[in-house]
Amino acid sequence: MTSNTFSRRTALFGFPALVAASPAALAQRAWEPTRPVQFIVPAGTGGGADQMARVIQGIVSKHSLMRQPLVVVNKAGGAGAEGFLEAKGARANPHMLVITLSNLFTTPLATGVPFNWRDLTPVKMLALDEFVLWVNAASPWKTVKEFADAARAGRLKIGGTGSRQEDQIITAALTKATDAQFTYVPFRGGGEVAVQLVGQHVDATVNNPIEAVTHWRSGTLRPLCVFDGKRLSGTEKMTATESWSDIPTCREAGLDVEYLMLRGIFMAPGVTPQQVAFFAGLLDKVRETPDWAELMQQGAFNTTALDGEPFREWLTREETRHKTLMQEAGFLAQPQ
Amino acid sequence: MEEIGLLMQGFAVALQPDNILLMLLGVSLGVLIGVLPGLGGANGIAILLPLTFAMPPVSAIIMLSCIYWGALFGGAITSILFNIPGEPWSVATTFDGYPMAQQGRAGEALTAAFTASFVGAFIAVVLLTFLAPLVAGFALQFGPPQFFAVMFLSFACFIGLGRGSPLKTLAAMMLGFLLAAVGMDTVTGQLRMTFGSTEMIRGFDFLVAVIGLFGISEILSSIEDGLSFKGQKAKIDLKVVLRTWAEMPRHWAIALRSAAIGCWMGITPAGATPASFMSYGIARRTSRHGDEFGTGRIEGVIAPETAAHAAGTSALLPMLALGVPGSPTAAVLLGGLIMWGLQPGPMLFVEQKEFVWGLIASMYLGNVVGLLVVLVAVPWFAAILRVPFSIIAALILVVCAIGAFTVSNAEFDIVLMLAFGVVGYVLKKLDYPLAPLVLALVLGDRTEEAFRQSLLVSQGDLGIFFSTWLGGSIMAAGIALAAWPLLGWLWSLLRPAAGRERPKPA
Repeated sequence: MTSNTFSRRTALFGFPALVAASPAALAQRAWEPTRPVQFIVPAGTGGGADQMARVIQGIVSKHSLMRQPLVVVNKAGGAGAEGFLEAKGARANPHMLVITLSNLFTTPLATGVPFNWRDLTPVKMLALDEFVLWVNAASPWKTVKEFADAARAGRLKIGGTGSRQEDQIITAALTKATDAQFTYVPFRGGGEVAVQLVGQHVDATVNNPIEAVTHWRSGTLRPLCVFDGKRLSGTEKMTATESWSDIPTCREAGLDVEYLMLRGIFMAPGVTPQQVAFFAGLLDKVRETPDWAELMQQGAFNTTALDGEPFREWLTREETRHKTLMQEAGFLAQPQ
Repeated sequence: MEEIGLLMQGFAVALQPDNILLMLLGVSLGVLIGVLPGLGGANGIAILLPLTFAMPPVSAIIMLSCIYWGALFGGAITSILFNIPGEPWSVATTFDGYPMAQQGRAGEALTAAFTASFVGAFIAVVLLTFLAPLVAGFALQFGPPQFFAVMFLSFACFIGLGRGSPLKTLAAMMLGFLLAAVGMDTVTGQLRMTFGSTEMIRGFDFLVAVIGLFGISEILSSIEDGLSFKGQKAKIDLKVVLRTWAEMPRHWAIALRSAAIGCWMGITPAGATPASFMSYGIARRTSRHGDEFGTGRIEGVIAPETAAHAAGTSALLPMLALGVPGSPTAAVLLGGLIMWGLQPGPMLFVEQKEFVWGLIASMYLGNVVGLLVVLVAVPWFAAILRVPFSIIAALILVVCAIGAFTVSNAEFDIVLMLAFGVVGYVLKKLDYPLAPLVLALVLGDRTEEAFRQSLLVSQGDLGIFFSTWLGGSIMAAGIALAAWPLLGWLWSLLRPAAGRERPKPA
């Protein structure tokens, strides 16, 4: 007993030295989550943003990148307004992440919901999602020019996801660039839109690559051009003759429309720079994994990543651009 | 038969010991998930999805789809025992299942529900096995006008079904449409009837409303009746299963028709919920004992359960073959496929044969496993009714609150649920039927959307609904069904004597 007590006392006496050292060490050591982190998806289950959030969640747990779990929560109400408003209201809560899509800009502009991206803390741009102009393979249009001529000759129907969101913005831009009128038909999800095109209920879509790739490969859809400044990078053959990189950009094809969708991560307002740094670091680790590379390759994503000041500048620029595009198309919310 | 050979290979994959273990685990988890209202199959699978990231894809989808089967089975349990639908597609099961339980026939109702589910799923899987490519082609025919026609038919099946005043049925349905319109309008991208409130942006979730309208209002009624469960005295043992089975073959026609409706709705893809309503409505319309529906007819349990399970199973087909989820749960599974590096769509059947057939084989086995698990548990489930009401009412209330919260992780939904409970109680007292309200709430926004999409496509021409043989014939059937009670009413006006002699619907 005695020796036992004694040894414990030495241990206790030895301890102060360590304790004295620790406050400084703590201040130096980076911040780390102390509770499970809520990962808000301002969109429904199964969509592009949701898939990406769940892949990130899977990567974080598979590679043990964080001690606390990451919990994905869908807050899709009001075209994502629900999720954004929740994050806006969670001031200084470091245990909350939001993944965004274009509705970061479009939802407040189209609905007048009191929200702006500046209400959140930008962490990192993970990737940009591409858009491709698709038509049914049974249609006679093989090039953008043929498509535009047909559109000028008679009103064509373009199917897309949601209303006054990215797909309709691109449609409005197409109207302006081709000088043709289109009927835009909104649907709920990208997969549904692609199938409506396969079933020839609409004439064209602007699906993301991942939403339509399987129909392209099975020979029912045909890509006409990609709405990016440069061609897609995938050189693997997706069909017998074509790879992603064979699709011309719309600009090459004579259609001056460019649009990319943000896949970025934000935090609640009022969090500390250390907290932002922690998640930026975490996301860097996620981006280095092979699982991430696979997702990027499958979805033919544009893998541009930005953080800090360049990311803020990008956001400011995109916000202005969305405002202009939506104003021209008459998509802005009427003041009530 | 190439399919048979491929299916046998699939069985070889699914019958590996660790896959069988995963199946058992999945079904048991699924039943639990199905029992808890709010925590639907979609949520359950979404939560567990990341855990499967490290598994081989076949094992992962076997476990997840077994959770789905389990949830389909489990949804019936609380509907029958407590009048609280655990899942949206089991709302129609409460109409006759709960009265049966009140009469002390809970065991019978549960057995019928589970067996009917199994039959529905089995028929759907057979269809999936042999007709997958053909059926996928059929699904492609459904654009907005055809989709609206299907929805119209669902409503038509219900018009004039309500016992009591047709005007009250209509009023309840309109209230449902009104509630369904709150929130985001998909076609214009505008918020409607939110009155500037952040909480209203979400709109009224169907499950929250149903938990309140059925569950909470039932508790209120029970309190009024003197704090006791009717049906407490039920004698329950495993023999009830055999007794019920002996009776079931008589209803083969209902089962077959319901399975057909279910498969059709699953593929369209309209989903399991409208399938269950439509099938209940048609069973009642065609039955010789139609007037007794709602008082505890076993057909009223068989019809919706067969259709729901057939739809739930066949909903996986458009997901696999076209990449379009036929139900919210299928949507989450779709995300899973992409995570595992499988691209759903037409190429899946060509390039990933082992995966597809392993999954189809697991549907056969998973449903057998599921049926065994739930049947063995019937006496225990039914025995819950023997717990004193004062204890169980509190538990139900807590489970309901958790359920309402889980739907979209919002505290406000609990308040809404309570409000719907009071509304449900008052409506019941005033003899307004709840079913049309629920039907309109669950299908209202999809119906409106399809209608407006069609008119966008046709530039406002109503003729578009009749422009294809498919949409046109479904619309014609719907109009005929909707006009049926009106014709009967006119007939009784023309022949007042006959009209007066007709037994007044109870």
